[in-house]
This record gives sequence, C-alpha cells and structure tokens, in this order.
Amino acid sequence: MTTPVVSARGLRKAYKNKLALDNTAFDIPSGRIVGLIGPNGAGKTTALKAILGLIPFDGDLKVLGKDPRTQRDELMNEVCFIADVAVLPRWITVAQAIEFVAGVHPRFDAAKCRRFLEGTQLKPGLKVREMSKGMIVQLHLALVMAIDARLLVLDEPTLGLDILYRKQFYQRLLEDYFDEDKTILVTTHQVEEIEHILTDVMFIRDGRIALDTPMESLGERYTEVLVDAGKQDAARALKPIDERALPFGKTVMLFDGADRARLGELGETRTPGLADLFVATMKGTYA
Amino acid sequence: MNAAIDAAGMDVAKSSVPRTPPHPTHKLKLLLRREFWEHKGGFFWAPIWAGGISLLLTLMALIFGEVAMRREAVSGLKVNGQVMINGLDLNLITEQMSPDDVQKLADGISLSTASAMFWPLLVLGFVVFFYCLGSLYDERKDRSVLFWKSLPVSDRDTVLSKALSALVVAPTLAIAVGIACMVAFLLVLSVFVLLHHGNPFVLLWSPDNLLANAGVALAAIPVYALWALPSAGWLLLCSAWSKSKPFLWAIMIPVFAGVFISWFDLMNVFNLDSSWFWKNVVAHLLGGVFPGTWFTVMDMDGLQVKELGNHLVLLKALYSALATPQLWIGAGAGIAMIAAAVRLRRWRDDN
Repeated sequence: MTTPVVSARGLRKAYKNKLALDNTAFDIPSGRIVGLIGPNGAGKTTALKAILGLIPFDGDLKVLGKDPRTQRDELMNEVCFIADVAVLPRWITVAQAIEFVAGVHPRFDAAKCRRFLEGTQLKPGLKVREMSKGMIVQLHLALVMAIDARLLVLDEPTLGLDILYRKQFYQRLLEDYFDEDKTILVTTHQVEEIEHILTDVMFIRDGRIALDTPMESLGERYTEVLVDAGKQDAARALKPIDERALPFGKTVMLFDGADRARLGELGETRTPGLADLFVATMKGTYA
Repeated sequence: MNAAIDAAGMDVAKSSVPRTPPHPTHKLKLLLRREFWEHKGGFFWAPIWAGGISLLLTLMALIFGEVAMRREAVSGLKVNGQVMINGLDLNLITEQMSPDDVQKLADGISLSTASAMFWPLLVLGFVVFFYCLGSLYDERKDRSVLFWKSLPVSDRDTVLSKALSALVVAPTLAIAVGIACMVAFLLVLSVFVLLHHGNPFVLLWSPDNLLANAGVALAAIPVYALWALPSAGWLLLCSAWSKSKPFLWAIMIPVFAGVFISWFDLMNVFNLDSSWFWKNVVAHLLGGVFPGTWFTVMDMDGLQVKELGNHLVLLKALYSALATPQLWIGAGAGIAMIAAAVRLRRWRDDN
C-alpha cells in the first residue's frame, strides 16, 4: 500500500458566517480518477483550492507528502490543475503559451503538446482572444496533458462547453494522459458524463464528505428497485433511502446495504446511476 | 482522424514508460519575456509613437521656419535693400563666431538633441505607472492568475519579474527608442544644415553631442530604477491588494494622508511639516515612476545653466541623487512594499 496522494484530516475553512469545510477528512490513493461531487456551495472548490495551496485553512493536509500551505512552490512541479473554464490569458498565442510553459515547467514536453494540437484549428499564431471557449479548453488541456504531473486537479473543466467538446475532453484525458502513476481529481455537475471514467467517487455536503467509495463497490452497496405495484408497503419496510413515483403505479426505490435477493422479490433490481444516488444523498440540501 | 489519435495514443503510451525527464528551465527569462509579450504595446510601441509624433512636429516646425524665413528674406529685401540669396548661411555665421559662441551653439544643439528623448521618456512614466497598477490586479480580474498559479513559478519570482520589467526593461527600451529618436532628429537637422551650407558633421554629429547624450541617458537607468522603486512598489502593492479600482486607492490613500497632515499642520495640533510629507512621500510615491523627478534631490550647486551642455557635470549631478537619503530610504520602502505584494499575491483569492 503506497501512501495516498492526498491525505486530509480535520480540514476547516470558514468564509464570512459560512463554513465551507467542516472537519473534512479523506484520502486519495495513487493511480485513481476521483470525482468530487456536491451541490453548489458544498465546499468542492474550497477543498480543491486548499489542496492546491491557493487559500489558507486549518487542519492537516498532505499532498504528495507536502503541505500545500508552506511547500506550494515545490509541490507545483508535480501537481497541475485546470480551475474553471477559459482562464488562459487573452493576449497569449498558442506558440507563446507552449514556449512559456516549456521554459518554466521542468516536466513539460513541448513536442507532446504540439502533437496534441495537430489536426485542431489551434495554429501557433492564434491568440486566445480569437478562440471559442471550446478551443481555449482544448489548448489548456493540451498544455496540461503534456505536463508529466502526478496529480491533476480539474475544477469544472467543461462548464459551458457543448457536448462534443465535453466528450472529447474526457476521452483524451483517458486515452492520452491517464496511467497508473497519475491521479486525477475532478469536480463537475455533469455527473452522468464522467461516471464511467471515475474509479472512485466522493460526495461532499456542507463541507463534509458524505460518501467516499470506489465505483465498483457502489453496486454492492446500493440497489435500485423498480417496485411492482402493490408491493410498495413491503418495500418501504426495508427503509429505502429514496423513492420516486413512475407513471402506471410503479415506484423506483433506492436501498443502501439491503439484501439483493430479498429486493429481487419486490421487482426488477439494478445498480443505480451516480446521478440518482447523488440526488438521494443530497435530498433537502436547498430546503 | 481515428488513426491519428491511436498513433498519438501509442506514442504517449511508449513515452510514458520513462517519465518525461525533467529539463532545465529559464524561469526569470521567460517571466520577463512574458511581460514583454503582454505589454509590448506599452513598453515598445508607445515610446516609438511618442518619439515619432514629436519628430514629425519638429519637422513641421522646421519646414514652417524655413518657409517663414524665406518669406522674411524676400520682404526683408524691400525693407533695407539687403540681398540674402539663400536665407541664412550657416557657414558664414559659424566662421564669424567667437570660440565662446561656438561652445554656446554646441550646448544649445546638445540640449535640443536631448529634448528629442523627452516624449518617449514622458510616455515611459505613464506606461510604468499603469503597468504596475494593473499587473497584479488584472490577472485576478480576468482570472488568468489561476493559470499562472498552476505552473511551478513562485509568487516571489512572478512579482519580481514585474518589478524588473517596470524598473529596468521598460526604461531601457524607452531610452533605446529615445536614442533612436535623437539620431532621427539629427538626421532631420542635418538636411537643414546642408541646405544652409553648414557642415552637419561639425555642427551636429560631434561625439560631444549624440554619444554624450546617449551615455547620460543610459547612465540614468540605475538612478531611475532606484528612484522609481517606492513608486513601483506602492503601485504593485495596491494592485495586489485592491479588490476593485486600484487606481483610486493608489491615488486616494497618499493624497488623503497628505490632506490630513496638512489639516493637522493648519490646526497646529502637532508639530508636523506637511510640505515635507507632500514632497517626500506623496510626490515620490505617485510620481517616482516619471524619469527625472529625482532632480528635486539632486545637488544642483555645480550645475549652472551655462553648463547644461557639459555632460560630465550633468552626470555628476545625476549621480548626486545616489548620495541622498531620500533615494535610499525610498528604495528600502519600495522593497518592503514589493515583499508585501508578494505575500498578498500568495494568499489573495481570485474572487
């Protein structure tokens, strides 16, 4: 067992009369793709900013064995991030961006970056201000993927992009970047689009980790049942964590840790989607 | 397309087995280049435009003078009957001048040559002022700070590269443009000297003129850097600190402090000298980035008006600023404010 890439204990960060991180604790092992998912204002971005050493906070946090508050400069040789969409400076050209990153980042491979940009509309002389949002993200991703970082943090990297760019973004990340030495931590609202690439998922709610599990054990723990008409009361006796009605008298119920064989008698069972699980877990957040 | 992706994928798979070997970096060089890329318009083109326009105005004035003189010569014919074939004959005039007058003429020409640098250097002051004020604020406003901070460049190096750009790169470029303007100015004058039968090599292109002027200008760069340090530091600090309207904060804080001190002075509450504060704090903080504002502390004793053409005396007076406490205390304060700006950039949230 190797040491985790990120190890957090008792994180606390308060903004003006609001607690963004409240005794938050989690570990992120190496070689995983972890989704950090939570409603607006749950503390996702604050957690990522803490990991990246961008904000002060209280508690114990080690990223690759270093404290991001005091050792940020060394840490950034091995950590990279895309925080928010289209933050590349508007005056820079493709060629300048590559030259700059190559000159300041010891682990950046300029040839690899140019190869990623082959076949795209991103020509060397093109300025960021002349690009569409999707193209800016394409360039940013190419720059970041050419950096041999051990931890890549992505905060809503595809917000506001059309589906073609979104699909391409995650596809490239999987095909051309991810390997067992790298770890990716990603937050997004488009849960359905990333659930198939995640190896682990964390739900965060009101600054606390509400769920932290590998994707494969999700199916062992949670079951969704399409309960037949007339069996609802029997099903409710098993304490579903969520239920929603469908047309024609059927009800979908979500169970945590219930016996699958038993549930099978009540109706059709299946592993729930991340989005349904998220909605069930976060019920009452905005109430 | 698919094949290309596959091939690229294979390549990456192969190359990722030995991790990308770390290569040496040239952070400071790239950081300075980065500032130049972004601010090429201010650092490079603005002094050129200023110099070019002032040259154009000089040229227009010379043509106007030439035309007016010829008309005068024609009308002069009527008044006193004297015939001047080609207006002014410089050769005749210089031949008849006493050595003292020749020296005066040379000094005058040297001064007017140096004045060709005035506009590029004035523009430099404005460029550096607004560059410092925006450099740490704009990156937060357009959120590009999130990109810069994703790279292994420390806040110290980033802020230092901005200070160096303001205090060394920008003035060096502006002075280089200024020297080019002096050359262009002399070329324009040469044409007129030739028109009036003078020898431009004797009158204009003596080493005492262009080379000495350029030398004084280059020698002024270190004085500029030290003198502008508190001003640049203050503006960088405001830029790193302010959440909005850095310009207003940068101006208002010293000005209001000055107003308060003047008020106390008027009320005779404390024994404060408000004019000292206005001159040494407010003016230095806000005006220090304008070249030549250090003349207030220069030792002018050795400098008589008639000696303005003597470049060694000028140089000595210029460097006398280096012997004043105002310059060094200001520089120390500037370094402290830059350090504070580094710290602010480290923890300033992007929103």
